[in-house]
Amino acid sequence: MAESHGGAKNPAAGAHTEAEGGHGGGFPPFESSTYASQLVWLAIFFVALYVIVSKLALPKVGGAIEARQNKIEGDLAEAQTLKDQSEAALKAYEGELASARSRAQAIGNESRDKANAQAEAERKALEEQLAAKLAEAEKTIASTRATAMSNVRGIAADAAGTIVQQLTGVVPDAASVNAAVDASLKG
Amino acid sequence: MKIDPIHQFNIEPLFTIGHIGNQTIAFTNSSLYMLVAVAIISLLMLASGTQLVPGRLQSVAEISYEFVASTIRSTAGSEGMKFFPLIFSLFMFICVSNLVGIIPYTFTISSHLIVTAALALLVFFTVLIYGVAKNGLKFFSIFVPHGVPGYILPLVMFIEILSFFLRPVSHSVRLFANMLAGHIALKVFAGFVAMLGFSLGALGWFGGVLPLALTVALYALEILVAFLQAYVFAILTCIYLNDAIHPGH
Repeated sequence: MAESHGGAKNPAAGAHTEAEGGHGGGFPPFESSTYASQLVWLAIFFVALYVIVSKLALPKVGGAIEARQNKIEGDLAEAQTLKDQSEAALKAYEGELASARSRAQAIGNESRDKANAQAEAERKALEEQLAAKLAEAEKTIASTRATAMSNVRGIAADAAGTIVQQLTGVVPDAASVNAAVDASLKG
Repeated sequence: MKIDPIHQFNIEPLFTIGHIGNQTIAFTNSSLYMLVAVAIISLLMLASGTQLVPGRLQSVAEISYEFVASTIRSTAGSEGMKFFPLIFSLFMFICVSNLVGIIPYTFTISSHLIVTAALALLVFFTVLIYGVAKNGLKFFSIFVPHGVPGYILPLVMFIEILSFFLRPVSHSVRLFANMLAGHIALKVFAGFVAMLGFSLGALGWFGGVLPLALTVALYALEILVAFLQAYVFAILTCIYLNDAIHPGH
């Protein structure tokens, strides 16, 4: 930067000599009569600026920046706690959901087992009942048959006795008729 | 039509305050622009509000604050924040007065060597006094670099001491010369435009396009230089103060 300005000085110096007549004086930055005024006012204004800057300006602006920083950090912390809370709630909800689901499954299993057992028991009872009825019916059939068979023997004996009487005119001995009927029934 | 690029640096007394010895103390155009700079900085820093969401003015104030604060922290460490008000005042004073001085018909305070020298000497003595007060004689270890062989140590120490005492010279002349040369160059090129226009008539109007373009370009460069030289002055102050705070480095 300084070099480029150094280069720019040369035409300036030429223009300066060209304009010397209109200007009249020396080079202003080297006019020592102005030094005292400049130094006095520089001291006054720079000290004033330093006091304003150090006592008022920097505390104020720095405070504003710090307040913003604190606010941002506070907000971020709050957002973090809220996020943590919502995450915890979500986790609790998921746990609750899982336990409810497993409980529902357990209840379903239990009721199905119970229903199965009941149905099995009812079926068994019914089967037993049916078997008993069947046995009873078979017994009745057997007794009926036996009765019927004994009735047949009596009728056969009566009929045989009557037939013999009709044919021979003799009333046969009941015992021999029965024996004859039994023998023919057996045969 | 003559170009007088030096006229803009003239000190014009506005009214006389008094005398110290045989020196006249006057309120001059230079004093006026010092007052303007202080007023602009005070207005910017104090009237800008403390909103949670900053407006434009407050943003500028806070950006200046953060800019200077981060410059100090990166060059002189957090201990350098002791000098925050000083460096902030220096930076803002030079930056604002340079930027005001770039407006046509205004005066540039830092185009006078006496002003930049006074500020550079303020920094120099701050460094010297704080460095000795804080570190005692250990402060002068900045003149003895580590790891230098014994036989050239006297030479190195001589160079270090010389460069230390030449610091205020380079510190002040850098700012002064940049502002002076920039303003002279601007004035010369802008003067060419008017000179061509007045002396050559219609041809001059066309001929003036080139220096006008150069003036515009230089003006943009000068805005950059105005800020940059204030920044350079502030960062050199930080680096010098770093020697006083940490003389071991």
